[in-house]
Amino acid sequence: MTLILLTAIFALAPPGEVRAYDTPSDGGEAITIEWQLSQDDAVLDGYEIYRSEDGVNFERIGLRGPGRQYFEDVTQDGKSYVYKIAAVSKTTKIFSQPSGEAISSPQWIDRNKLNILFAIFIFGGFIMYFMYHARKGKEFFIRKIAGLQAVEDAVGRATEMGKPTLYILGLGYVEEVATIASLNILGEVAKKTAQYNTKLIVPNADPIVYVVAQEIVKESYTKIGRPDAYDPDSVFFLAREQMAYAAGITGIMTREKPATNFLIGYFAAESLVLAETGASTGAIQIAGTDALAQLPFFITACDYTLIGEELYAASAYISKQPLLLGAIKGEDWGKVVIATTLFIASIIGLLTKFPILDLFE
Amino acid sequence: MKKKFPLLLVFVFGILGIIPFLIPHPIVQHSDEYIRNDILRILAAFALVLALGSLLKVHADKIKRKKVNWQYSWVLILAFIVSSIIGLFGGVAGTGLLPTSFGSFNFNIQTLYENIIIPLASSMFALLAFYMASASYRAFRARSSEATLLLVAAFVVMIGFLPVASSISSKLPAFAQWVLNVPNVAGQRGVLFGIALGAVATSLKIILGIERAWLGGGD
Repeated sequence: MTLILLTAIFALAPPGEVRAYDTPSDGGEAITIEWQLSQDDAVLDGYEIYRSEDGVNFERIGLRGPGRQYFEDVTQDGKSYVYKIAAVSKTTKIFSQPSGEAISSPQWIDRNKLNILFAIFIFGGFIMYFMYHARKGKEFFIRKIAGLQAVEDAVGRATEMGKPTLYILGLGYVEEVATIASLNILGEVAKKTAQYNTKLIVPNADPIVYVVAQEIVKESYTKIGRPDAYDPDSVFFLAREQMAYAAGITGIMTREKPATNFLIGYFAAESLVLAETGASTGAIQIAGTDALAQLPFFITACDYTLIGEELYAASAYISKQPLLLGAIKGEDWGKVVIATTLFIASIIGLLTKFPILDLFE
Repeated sequence: MKKKFPLLLVFVFGILGIIPFLIPHPIVQHSDEYIRNDILRILAAFALVLALGSLLKVHADKIKRKKVNWQYSWVLILAFIVSSIIGLFGGVAGTGLLPTSFGSFNFNIQTLYENIIIPLASSMFALLAFYMASASYRAFRARSSEATLLLVAAFVVMIGFLPVASSISSKLPAFAQWVLNVPNVAGQRGVLFGIALGAVATSLKIILGIERAWLGGGD
Protein backbone atom coordinates (compact mmCIF):
# COMPACT_ATOMS: atom_id res chain seq x y z
CA MET A 1 0.00 0.00 0.00
CA THR A 2 2.83 2.40 0.97
CA LEU A 3 4.66 1.54 -2.24
CA ILE A 4 1.60 2.35 -4.34
CA LEU A 5 1.16 5.67 -2.54
CA LEU A 6 4.86 6.65 -3.00
CA THR A 7 4.68 5.71 -6.66
CA ALA A 8 1.59 7.86 -7.07
CA ILE A 9 3.32 10.81 -5.38
CA PHE A 10 6.65 10.59 -7.30
CA ALA A 11 5.33 9.34 -10.67
CA LEU A 12 5.84 11.60 -13.66
CA ALA A 13 3.52 12.03 -16.59
CA PRO A 14 5.28 10.70 -19.73
CA PRO A 15 5.77 12.86 -22.81
CA GLY A 16 2.76 12.79 -25.13
CA GLU A 17 2.66 11.63 -28.73
CA VAL A 18 6.11 11.24 -30.33
CA ARG A 19 6.40 11.98 -34.04
CA ALA A 20 9.46 10.99 -36.07
CA TYR A 21 9.72 11.95 -39.72
CA ASP A 22 12.25 12.49 -42.46
CA THR A 23 13.53 16.08 -42.12
CA PRO A 24 11.96 17.98 -45.02
CA SER A 25 13.89 19.96 -47.64
CA ASP A 26 17.29 18.57 -46.64
CA GLY A 27 20.09 16.55 -48.18
CA GLY A 28 19.14 13.41 -46.24
CA GLU A 29 20.76 11.73 -43.22
CA ALA A 30 18.44 13.46 -40.78
CA ILE A 31 15.21 12.55 -38.97
CA THR A 32 13.23 15.10 -36.98
CA ILE A 33 11.64 13.99 -33.71
CA GLU A 34 8.88 16.02 -32.07
CA TRP A 35 6.97 15.24 -28.89
CA GLN A 36 4.30 16.73 -26.69
CA LEU A 37 5.60 18.02 -23.39
CA SER A 38 4.99 16.02 -20.24
CA GLN A 39 2.32 17.48 -17.96
CA ASP A 40 5.07 17.63 -15.33
CA ASP A 41 7.40 19.59 -17.58
CA ALA A 42 7.91 22.25 -14.89
CA VAL A 43 9.57 19.80 -12.49
CA LEU A 44 11.65 17.92 -15.08
CA ASP A 45 15.40 17.99 -15.63
CA GLY A 46 14.77 17.41 -19.29
CA TYR A 47 14.00 14.86 -21.98
CA GLU A 48 16.23 12.00 -23.10
CA ILE A 49 15.92 10.84 -26.71
CA TYR A 50 16.25 7.12 -27.41
CA ARG A 51 16.60 5.42 -30.77
CA SER A 52 16.13 1.85 -31.93
CA GLU A 53 16.86 0.17 -35.24
CA ASP A 54 14.93 -3.03 -34.42
CA GLY A 55 12.12 -1.60 -32.27
CA VAL A 56 13.34 -3.51 -29.21
CA ASN A 57 16.78 -2.26 -28.15
CA PHE A 58 16.90 1.48 -27.59
CA GLU A 59 20.07 3.57 -27.15
CA ARG A 60 20.25 7.09 -25.77
CA ILE A 61 21.23 9.58 -28.49
CA GLY A 62 20.54 12.96 -26.96
CA LEU A 63 19.21 15.19 -24.22
CA ARG A 64 17.00 18.25 -24.36
CA GLY A 65 16.09 20.63 -21.55
CA PRO A 66 12.59 21.10 -20.11
CA GLY A 67 10.18 22.94 -22.39
CA ARG A 68 11.94 21.62 -25.51
CA GLN A 69 10.05 19.32 -27.87
CA TYR A 70 12.30 19.02 -30.90
CA PHE A 71 15.39 17.01 -31.81
CA GLU A 72 17.15 16.31 -35.09
CA ASP A 73 18.95 12.97 -35.32
CA VAL A 74 21.78 12.15 -37.72
CA THR A 75 20.88 8.91 -39.48
CA GLN A 76 21.73 6.59 -42.32
CA ASP A 77 19.52 7.05 -45.37
CA GLY A 78 17.20 4.14 -46.19
CA LYS A 79 17.39 2.63 -42.68
CA SER A 80 14.29 2.40 -40.47
CA TYR A 81 14.37 3.99 -36.98
CA VAL A 82 11.97 4.11 -34.02
CA TYR A 83 12.24 6.71 -31.23
CA LYS A 84 11.13 7.03 -27.62
CA ILE A 85 11.37 10.05 -25.35
CA ALA A 86 11.98 9.76 -21.62
CA ALA A 87 10.88 12.49 -19.21
CA VAL A 88 13.66 12.70 -16.62
CA SER A 89 13.72 14.15 -13.12
CA LYS A 90 16.39 13.63 -10.43
CA THR A 91 14.79 10.43 -9.20
CA THR A 92 12.51 9.22 -11.95
CA LYS A 93 12.52 8.49 -15.65
CA ILE A 94 9.40 7.68 -17.60
CA PHE A 95 9.20 6.70 -21.26
CA SER A 96 6.72 7.73 -23.90
CA GLN A 97 5.14 5.34 -26.35
CA PRO A 98 7.49 4.63 -29.28
CA SER A 99 7.10 6.65 -32.43
CA GLY A 100 6.22 5.17 -35.77
CA GLU A 101 9.02 4.06 -38.08
CA ALA A 102 10.89 6.80 -39.87
CA ILE A 103 13.33 6.57 -42.78
CA SER A 104 15.51 9.46 -43.93
CA SER A 105 16.17 10.27 -47.57
CA PRO A 106 17.57 13.22 -49.52
CA GLN A 107 15.10 15.59 -51.20
CA TRP A 108 15.24 16.97 -54.70
CA ILE A 109 13.71 20.34 -53.89
CA ASP A 110 14.04 22.71 -50.96
CA ARG A 111 10.43 23.77 -50.40
CA ASN A 112 11.48 26.53 -48.00
CA LYS A 113 13.13 28.32 -50.89
CA LEU A 114 10.29 28.03 -53.41
CA ASN A 115 9.05 31.48 -52.41
CA ILE A 116 12.44 32.90 -53.43
CA LEU A 117 12.22 31.06 -56.75
CA PHE A 118 8.72 32.46 -57.23
CA ALA A 119 9.96 36.00 -56.46
CA ILE A 120 12.84 35.57 -58.92
CA PHE A 121 10.39 34.49 -61.62
CA ILE A 122 8.18 37.53 -61.02
CA PHE A 123 11.19 39.82 -60.94
CA GLY A 124 12.73 38.12 -64.00
CA GLY A 125 9.34 38.52 -65.72
CA PHE A 126 9.44 42.29 -65.16
CA ILE A 127 12.95 42.48 -66.58
CA MET A 128 12.03 40.39 -69.64
CA TYR A 129 8.88 42.43 -70.24
CA PHE A 130 10.71 45.76 -70.26
CA MET A 131 13.57 44.36 -72.31
CA TYR A 132 11.06 43.11 -74.87
CA HIS A 133 9.67 46.63 -75.16
CA ALA A 134 13.17 48.09 -75.31
CA ARG A 135 13.95 45.75 -78.18
CA LYS A 136 10.80 47.02 -79.95
CA GLY A 137 12.23 50.53 -79.75
CA LYS A 138 10.51 51.99 -76.70
CA GLU A 139 12.62 54.55 -74.87
CA PHE A 140 12.75 54.51 -71.10
CA PHE A 141 13.35 57.37 -68.74
CA ILE A 142 16.07 56.61 -66.22
CA ARG A 143 16.64 59.17 -63.50
CA LYS A 144 19.88 61.07 -63.65
CA ILE A 145 22.73 59.62 -61.61
CA ALA A 146 25.23 62.42 -61.06
CA GLY A 147 28.18 60.09 -60.46
CA LEU A 148 27.68 58.31 -63.77
CA GLN A 149 27.07 61.48 -65.71
CA ALA A 150 30.44 62.66 -64.44
CA VAL A 151 32.36 59.65 -65.83
CA GLU A 152 32.95 61.18 -69.24
CA ASP A 153 33.95 64.55 -67.75
CA ALA A 154 36.25 62.83 -65.27
CA VAL A 155 38.13 60.94 -67.99
CA GLY A 156 38.15 64.09 -70.12
CA ARG A 157 39.68 66.01 -67.22
CA ALA A 158 42.47 63.45 -66.94
CA THR A 159 43.10 63.81 -70.68
CA GLU A 160 43.28 67.60 -70.49
CA MET A 161 45.64 67.48 -67.51
CA GLY A 162 47.79 64.82 -69.14
CA LYS A 163 47.47 62.67 -66.06
CA PRO A 164 46.33 59.06 -65.69
CA THR A 165 43.00 57.66 -64.60
CA LEU A 166 43.16 55.25 -61.67
CA TYR A 167 40.54 52.50 -61.46
CA ILE A 168 40.39 50.61 -58.13
CA LEU A 169 38.35 47.41 -58.10
CA GLY A 170 38.49 46.87 -54.34
CA LEU A 171 39.13 43.73 -52.35
CA GLY A 172 36.23 41.63 -53.66
CA TYR A 173 36.54 38.22 -55.23
CA VAL A 174 35.38 37.66 -58.78
CA GLU A 175 32.19 35.87 -57.68
CA GLU A 176 30.93 38.92 -55.73
CA VAL A 177 28.28 40.96 -57.52
CA ALA A 178 29.93 44.26 -56.59
CA THR A 179 33.15 43.10 -58.26
CA ILE A 180 31.24 41.89 -61.34
CA ALA A 181 29.43 45.25 -61.56
CA SER A 182 32.74 47.04 -61.16
CA LEU A 183 34.29 44.96 -63.95
CA ASN A 184 31.36 45.95 -66.19
CA ILE A 185 31.98 49.63 -65.43
CA LEU A 186 35.71 49.13 -66.02
CA GLY A 187 34.86 47.97 -69.55
CA GLU A 188 33.03 51.25 -70.24
CA VAL A 189 35.68 53.43 -68.57
CA ALA A 190 38.42 51.64 -70.54
CA LYS A 191 36.56 52.49 -73.77
CA LYS A 192 36.60 56.16 -72.80
CA THR A 193 40.30 56.13 -71.88
CA ALA A 194 40.99 54.40 -75.20
CA GLN A 195 38.99 57.07 -77.07
CA TYR A 196 40.77 59.94 -75.30
CA ASN A 197 44.15 58.21 -75.30
CA THR A 198 44.43 58.59 -71.53
CA LYS A 199 46.64 56.36 -69.42
CA LEU A 200 44.62 53.90 -67.34
CA ILE A 201 46.00 52.28 -64.17
CA VAL A 202 44.17 49.26 -62.70
CA PRO A 203 45.80 47.75 -59.59
CA ASN A 204 44.23 44.48 -58.37
CA ALA A 205 43.96 42.65 -55.08
CA ASP A 206 42.81 39.28 -56.36
CA PRO A 207 44.64 37.16 -58.94
CA ILE A 208 41.48 36.01 -60.73
CA VAL A 209 40.01 39.52 -60.79
CA TYR A 210 43.34 40.71 -62.18
CA VAL A 211 43.21 38.25 -65.08
CA VAL A 212 39.58 39.12 -65.87
CA ALA A 213 40.24 42.89 -65.61
CA GLN A 214 43.17 42.58 -67.98
CA GLU A 215 41.01 40.81 -70.57
CA ILE A 216 38.20 43.36 -70.18
CA VAL A 217 40.50 46.36 -70.69
CA LYS A 218 42.14 44.66 -73.67
CA GLU A 219 38.74 43.89 -75.23
CA SER A 220 37.54 47.46 -74.67
CA TYR A 221 40.61 48.92 -76.41
CA THR A 222 40.11 46.50 -79.31
CA LYS A 223 36.41 47.34 -79.51
CA ILE A 224 37.21 51.05 -79.85
CA GLY A 225 39.71 50.21 -82.57
CA ARG A 226 42.80 51.13 -80.56
CA PRO A 227 44.42 47.78 -79.66
CA ASP A 228 47.83 49.41 -80.16
CA ALA A 229 47.08 51.86 -77.31
CA TYR A 230 46.53 49.05 -74.83
CA ASP A 231 49.37 48.72 -72.33
CA PRO A 232 49.39 45.21 -70.75
CA ASP A 233 51.20 46.63 -67.71
CA SER A 234 48.40 49.10 -67.02
CA VAL A 235 46.41 46.31 -65.34
CA PHE A 236 48.51 44.61 -62.70
CA PHE A 237 48.39 42.60 -59.51
CA LEU A 238 49.33 44.62 -56.44
CA ALA A 239 48.74 42.66 -53.21
CA ARG A 240 46.17 40.33 -51.69
CA GLU A 241 46.53 41.71 -48.15
CA GLN A 242 44.04 44.47 -47.38
CA MET A 243 46.42 47.07 -45.96
CA ALA A 244 49.27 46.17 -48.33
CA TYR A 245 46.83 46.83 -51.17
CA ALA A 246 45.80 50.14 -49.58
CA ALA A 247 49.44 51.14 -49.05
CA GLY A 248 50.31 50.26 -52.65
CA ILE A 249 47.44 52.33 -54.04
CA THR A 250 48.14 55.35 -51.84
CA GLY A 251 51.72 55.14 -53.15
CA ILE A 252 50.42 55.20 -56.74
CA MET A 253 48.15 58.13 -55.90
CA THR A 254 50.94 60.22 -54.43
CA ARG A 255 53.53 59.32 -57.10
CA GLU A 256 51.43 59.36 -60.26
CA LYS A 257 48.89 61.97 -59.06
CA PRO A 258 46.00 60.66 -61.20
CA ALA A 259 43.48 63.30 -62.24
CA THR A 260 40.60 60.87 -61.76
CA ASN A 261 40.12 58.04 -59.28
CA PHE A 262 37.40 55.43 -59.61
CA LEU A 263 36.86 53.43 -56.40
CA ILE A 264 34.25 50.94 -57.46
CA GLY A 265 33.64 47.47 -56.03
CA TYR A 266 33.77 45.89 -52.59
CA PHE A 267 35.71 47.81 -49.95
CA ALA A 268 36.35 47.36 -46.24
CA ALA A 269 38.23 49.54 -43.73
CA GLU A 270 40.77 50.65 -46.34
CA SER A 271 38.09 52.69 -48.12
CA LEU A 272 38.76 55.83 -46.11
CA VAL A 273 42.55 55.52 -46.49
CA LEU A 274 42.13 55.39 -50.26
CA ALA A 275 39.44 58.06 -50.54
CA GLU A 276 41.18 60.55 -48.24
CA THR A 277 44.55 60.10 -49.96
CA GLY A 278 42.86 60.57 -53.33
CA ALA A 279 41.14 63.73 -52.09
CA SER A 280 44.45 65.09 -50.79
CA THR A 281 46.04 64.71 -54.23
CA GLY A 282 43.25 66.82 -55.77
CA ALA A 283 41.83 64.05 -57.95
CA ILE A 284 38.18 63.99 -58.92
CA GLN A 285 36.82 60.85 -57.27
CA ILE A 286 33.90 58.63 -58.24
CA ALA A 287 33.18 55.87 -55.75
CA GLY A 288 30.64 53.08 -55.67
CA THR A 289 30.08 50.18 -53.34
CA ASP A 290 27.40 47.96 -51.85
CA ALA A 291 29.27 47.75 -48.52
CA LEU A 292 26.92 49.82 -46.36
CA ALA A 293 29.52 50.52 -43.68
CA GLN A 294 31.86 52.16 -46.19
CA LEU A 295 29.29 54.38 -47.89
CA PRO A 296 29.54 57.25 -45.36
CA PHE A 297 33.31 57.39 -45.89
CA PHE A 298 32.93 57.57 -49.65
CA ILE A 299 30.14 60.14 -49.46
CA THR A 300 32.38 62.28 -47.27
CA ALA A 301 35.65 62.00 -49.14
CA CYS A 302 34.60 61.53 -52.79
CA ASP A 303 33.00 63.89 -55.29
CA TYR A 304 30.40 61.37 -56.43
CA THR A 305 29.21 58.15 -54.81
CA LEU A 306 27.18 55.37 -56.37
CA ILE A 307 25.04 53.97 -53.58
CA GLY A 308 24.18 50.27 -53.69
CA GLU A 309 21.95 49.60 -56.70
CA GLU A 310 23.36 52.57 -58.66
CA LEU A 311 26.57 50.59 -58.84
CA TYR A 312 24.74 47.73 -60.57
CA ALA A 313 22.95 50.10 -62.94
CA ALA A 314 26.12 51.94 -63.90
CA SER A 315 27.18 49.82 -66.85
CA ALA A 316 23.74 50.19 -68.49
CA TYR A 317 23.65 53.90 -67.74
CA ILE A 318 27.06 54.58 -69.30
CA SER A 319 26.62 52.31 -72.34
CA LYS A 320 23.01 53.52 -72.94
CA GLN A 321 22.14 50.14 -74.48
CA PRO A 322 18.32 49.90 -74.71
CA LEU A 323 18.20 46.30 -73.50
CA LEU A 324 20.17 47.10 -70.38
CA LEU A 325 18.08 50.19 -69.70
CA GLY A 326 14.97 48.02 -70.03
CA ALA A 327 16.41 45.71 -67.37
CA ILE A 328 16.83 48.68 -65.02
CA LYS A 329 13.19 49.61 -65.57
CA GLY A 330 12.23 46.03 -64.63
CA GLU A 331 14.35 46.38 -61.49
CA ASP A 332 12.45 49.56 -60.57
CA TRP A 333 9.12 47.77 -60.93
CA GLY A 334 10.43 45.02 -58.66
CA LYS A 335 11.04 47.72 -56.07
CA VAL A 336 7.53 49.07 -56.57
CA VAL A 337 6.13 45.59 -55.84
CA ILE A 338 8.26 45.23 -52.69
CA ALA A 339 7.39 48.73 -51.46
CA THR A 340 3.66 48.13 -52.07
CA THR A 341 3.81 44.77 -50.27
CA LEU A 342 5.61 46.37 -47.33
CA PHE A 343 3.09 49.19 -47.21
CA ILE A 344 0.10 46.82 -47.23
CA ALA A 345 1.77 44.56 -44.64
CA SER A 346 2.44 47.60 -42.44
CA ILE A 347 -1.20 48.68 -42.67
CA ILE A 348 -2.35 45.16 -41.76
CA GLY A 349 0.17 45.11 -38.91
CA LEU A 350 -1.14 48.45 -37.64
CA LEU A 351 -4.77 47.35 -37.88
CA THR A 352 -4.07 44.31 -35.70
CA LYS A 353 -2.81 46.71 -33.02
CA PHE A 354 -6.24 48.30 -32.70
CA PRO A 355 -8.46 45.77 -30.88
CA ILE A 356 -11.55 47.71 -31.85
CA LEU A 357 -10.97 46.84 -35.48
CA ASP A 358 -9.80 43.29 -34.85
CA LEU A 359 -9.86 42.65 -38.57
CA PHE A 360 -6.78 40.59 -39.09
CA GLU A 361 -6.29 38.73 -35.83
CA MET B 1 32.62 31.75 -81.62
CA LYS B 2 35.04 33.92 -79.67
CA LYS B 3 32.05 35.57 -77.97
CA LYS B 4 29.53 32.75 -78.05
CA PHE B 5 31.70 30.27 -76.18
CA PRO B 6 32.31 32.51 -73.11
CA LEU B 7 28.59 33.42 -73.10
CA LEU B 8 27.67 29.74 -73.17
CA LEU B 9 30.09 29.00 -70.34
CA VAL B 10 28.65 31.85 -68.26
CA PHE B 11 25.10 30.63 -68.91
CA VAL B 12 25.89 27.01 -67.98
CA PHE B 13 27.90 27.82 -64.86
CA GLY B 14 25.44 30.56 -63.85
CA ILE B 15 22.57 28.06 -63.93
CA LEU B 16 24.77 25.51 -62.16
CA GLY B 17 25.27 28.12 -59.45
CA ILE B 18 21.51 28.62 -58.96
CA ILE B 19 20.52 24.92 -58.92
CA PRO B 20 22.31 23.94 -55.65
CA PHE B 21 20.50 26.77 -53.89
CA LEU B 22 17.18 25.03 -54.59
CA ILE B 23 18.15 21.35 -54.62
CA PRO B 24 19.56 19.96 -51.37
CA HIS B 25 20.22 16.48 -52.80
CA PRO B 26 23.83 15.31 -52.11
CA ILE B 27 24.51 14.60 -55.79
CA VAL B 28 23.88 18.26 -56.61
CA GLN B 29 25.58 19.62 -53.48
CA HIS B 30 28.72 17.53 -53.98
CA SER B 31 28.95 18.55 -57.65
CA ASP B 32 28.63 22.17 -56.60
CA GLU B 33 31.36 21.77 -53.98
CA TYR B 34 33.55 20.10 -56.60
CA ILE B 35 33.11 23.02 -59.01
CA ARG B 36 33.59 25.66 -56.35
CA ASN B 37 36.46 24.09 -54.46
CA ASP B 38 38.41 21.96 -56.89
CA ILE B 39 37.91 23.53 -60.31
CA LEU B 40 38.00 27.10 -58.99
CA ARG B 41 41.16 26.29 -57.04
CA ILE B 42 42.89 25.05 -60.18
CA LEU B 43 41.84 28.22 -62.01
CA ALA B 44 43.04 30.31 -59.06
CA ALA B 45 46.44 28.60 -59.15
CA PHE B 46 46.92 29.57 -62.81
CA ALA B 47 45.70 33.10 -62.08
CA LEU B 48 48.11 33.35 -59.15
CA VAL B 49 51.07 32.48 -61.36
CA LEU B 50 49.98 35.16 -63.85
CA ALA B 51 49.42 37.66 -61.02
CA LEU B 52 52.84 37.11 -59.47
CA GLY B 53 54.41 37.34 -62.92
CA SER B 54 52.66 40.69 -63.40
CA LEU B 55 53.85 41.94 -60.01
CA LEU B 56 57.48 41.07 -60.73
CA LYS B 57 57.30 42.43 -64.29
CA VAL B 58 55.94 45.80 -63.15
CA HIS B 59 58.64 46.20 -60.52
CA ALA B 60 61.46 44.92 -62.74
CA ASP B 61 60.36 47.47 -65.32
CA LYS B 62 60.36 50.17 -62.67
CA ILE B 63 63.94 49.35 -61.70
CA LYS B 64 65.02 49.16 -65.34
CA ARG B 65 63.54 52.55 -66.21
CA LYS B 66 64.58 54.10 -62.88
CA LYS B 67 61.05 55.40 -62.28
CA VAL B 68 60.14 57.45 -59.17
CA ASN B 69 61.03 55.54 -55.97
CA TRP B 70 62.45 52.64 -57.98
CA GLN B 71 64.60 51.63 -55.01
CA TYR B 72 61.54 50.31 -53.19
CA SER B 73 60.95 47.84 -55.98
CA TRP B 74 64.16 46.10 -54.89
CA VAL B 75 62.62 45.73 -51.42
CA LEU B 76 59.61 44.04 -52.99
CA ILE B 77 61.67 41.71 -55.16
CA LEU B 78 63.96 40.75 -52.26
CA ALA B 79 60.98 40.20 -49.95
CA PHE B 80 59.38 38.08 -52.66
CA ILE B 81 62.49 35.90 -53.02
CA VAL B 82 63.08 35.57 -49.26
CA SER B 83 59.46 34.71 -48.46
CA SER B 84 59.33 32.25 -51.38
CA ILE B 85 62.44 30.44 -50.08
CA ILE B 86 61.09 30.41 -46.52
CA GLY B 87 57.69 29.21 -47.73
CA LEU B 88 59.23 26.49 -49.87
CA PHE B 89 61.55 25.14 -47.19
CA GLY B 90 59.70 26.06 -44.01
CA GLY B 91 56.11 25.63 -45.21
CA VAL B 92 53.14 27.51 -43.86
CA ALA B 93 53.68 26.52 -40.23
CA GLY B 94 56.81 24.40 -40.23
CA THR B 95 55.65 21.67 -42.57
CA GLY B 96 57.94 22.43 -45.51
CA LEU B 97 60.57 20.38 -47.28
CA LEU B 98 63.27 20.96 -44.66
CA PRO B 99 63.23 21.77 -40.93
CA THR B 100 64.13 25.43 -40.78
CA SER B 101 64.16 26.51 -37.16
CA PHE B 102 66.89 28.57 -35.60
CA GLY B 103 66.70 28.13 -31.84
CA SER B 104 63.17 29.13 -30.89
CA PHE B 105 62.72 31.02 -34.15
CA ASN B 106 60.88 29.12 -36.87
CA PHE B 107 61.44 30.09 -40.45
CA ASN B 108 58.00 29.60 -41.93
CA ILE B 109 55.25 31.70 -43.47
CA GLN B 110 53.35 31.88 -40.18
CA THR B 111 56.36 33.53 -38.51
CA LEU B 112 56.64 36.07 -41.32
CA TYR B 113 52.92 36.74 -41.15
CA GLU B 114 52.82 37.25 -37.40
CA ASN B 115 56.03 39.29 -37.16
CA ILE B 116 55.92 41.37 -40.32
CA ILE B 117 52.55 41.45 -42.05
CA ILE B 118 50.38 41.86 -38.94
CA PRO B 119 52.45 44.73 -37.40
CA LEU B 120 52.63 46.51 -40.77
CA ALA B 121 48.89 46.10 -41.35
CA SER B 122 48.19 47.29 -37.80
CA SER B 123 50.26 50.43 -38.44
CA MET B 124 48.26 51.16 -41.58
CA PHE B 125 45.07 50.48 -39.66
CA ALA B 126 46.13 52.90 -36.93
CA LEU B 127 46.43 55.63 -39.57
CA LEU B 128 42.68 55.33 -40.05
CA ALA B 129 42.14 57.42 -36.92
CA PHE B 130 43.83 60.41 -38.58
CA TYR B 131 42.02 59.86 -41.86
CA MET B 132 38.77 59.67 -39.94
CA ALA B 133 39.50 62.96 -38.19
CA SER B 134 40.17 64.71 -41.50
CA ALA B 135 37.10 63.12 -43.13
CA SER B 136 34.93 64.15 -40.15
CA TYR B 137 36.16 67.73 -40.47
CA ARG B 138 35.24 67.67 -44.16
CA ALA B 139 31.81 66.15 -43.46
CA PHE B 140 30.88 68.40 -40.58
CA ARG B 141 31.60 71.76 -42.20
CA ALA B 142 27.85 72.24 -42.66
CA ARG B 143 28.10 73.66 -46.17
CA SER B 144 24.64 72.43 -47.14
CA SER B 145 21.39 71.51 -45.43
CA GLU B 146 22.25 67.76 -45.76
CA ALA B 147 25.68 68.32 -44.20
CA THR B 148 24.06 70.33 -41.39
CA LEU B 149 21.61 67.50 -40.75
CA LEU B 150 24.51 65.04 -40.69
CA LEU B 151 26.39 67.26 -38.26
CA VAL B 152 23.41 67.59 -35.92
CA ALA B 153 22.62 63.84 -36.01
CA ALA B 154 26.26 62.91 -35.38
CA PHE B 155 26.51 65.43 -32.55
CA VAL B 156 23.34 64.13 -30.87
CA VAL B 157 24.45 60.48 -31.19
CA MET B 158 27.96 61.19 -29.93
CA ILE B 159 26.74 63.21 -26.94
CA GLY B 160 23.95 60.68 -26.28
CA PHE B 161 26.43 57.87 -25.75
CA LEU B 162 28.65 59.81 -23.36
CA PRO B 163 28.31 59.08 -19.60
CA VAL B 164 27.43 62.74 -19.08
CA ALA B 165 24.44 62.49 -21.46
CA SER B 166 21.90 61.54 -18.79
CA SER B 167 22.86 64.54 -16.67
CA ILE B 168 22.16 66.84 -19.65
CA SER B 169 18.77 65.24 -20.22
CA SER B 170 17.38 61.93 -19.00
CA LYS B 171 15.88 61.35 -22.47
CA LEU B 172 19.04 62.08 -24.47
CA PRO B 173 20.58 58.53 -24.37
CA ALA B 174 17.24 57.01 -25.44
CA PHE B 175 16.89 59.58 -28.22
CA ALA B 176 20.42 58.85 -29.49
CA GLN B 177 19.60 55.15 -29.52
CA TRP B 178 16.35 55.89 -31.37
CA VAL B 179 18.25 57.84 -34.04
CA LEU B 180 20.47 54.79 -34.54
CA ASN B 181 17.68 52.21 -34.42
CA VAL B 182 14.92 53.88 -36.42
CA PRO B 183 15.92 56.51 -39.04
CA ASN B 184 19.36 54.97 -39.53
CA VAL B 185 18.09 51.40 -39.91
CA ALA B 186 15.19 52.54 -42.13
CA GLY B 187 17.64 54.21 -44.51
CA GLN B 188 19.94 51.20 -44.51
CA ARG B 189 17.06 48.82 -45.27
CA GLY B 190 16.03 50.96 -48.22
CA VAL B 191 19.54 50.73 -49.62
CA LEU B 192 19.62 46.97 -48.90
CA PHE B 193 16.42 46.37 -50.90
CA GLY B 194 18.00 48.15 -53.85
CA ILE B 195 21.22 46.15 -53.44
CA ALA B 196 19.38 42.81 -53.28
CA LEU B 197 17.26 43.53 -56.37
CA GLY B 198 20.22 45.03 -58.21
CA ALA B 199 22.30 41.92 -57.46
CA VAL B 200 19.56 39.63 -58.83
CA ALA B 201 19.10 41.81 -61.93
CA THR B 202 22.86 41.98 -62.58
CA SER B 203 23.18 38.21 -62.18
CA LEU B 204 20.24 37.57 -64.54
CA LYS B 205 21.63 40.02 -67.11
CA ILE B 206 25.01 38.32 -67.10
CA ILE B 207 23.69 34.73 -67.07
CA LEU B 208 21.32 35.48 -69.96
CA GLY B 209 24.07 37.22 -71.91
CA ILE B 210 22.34 40.61 -71.93
CA GLU B 211 25.13 42.35 -70.05
CA ARG B 212 28.31 41.94 -72.07
CA ALA B 213 30.51 44.76 -70.82
CA TRP B 214 32.86 42.11 -69.44
CA LEU B 215 33.38 40.95 -73.02
CA GLY B 216 34.22 44.45 -74.18
CA GLY B 217 30.51 45.28 -74.68
CA GLY B 218 28.40 45.33 -77.80
CA ASP B 219 26.68 42.44 -79.55
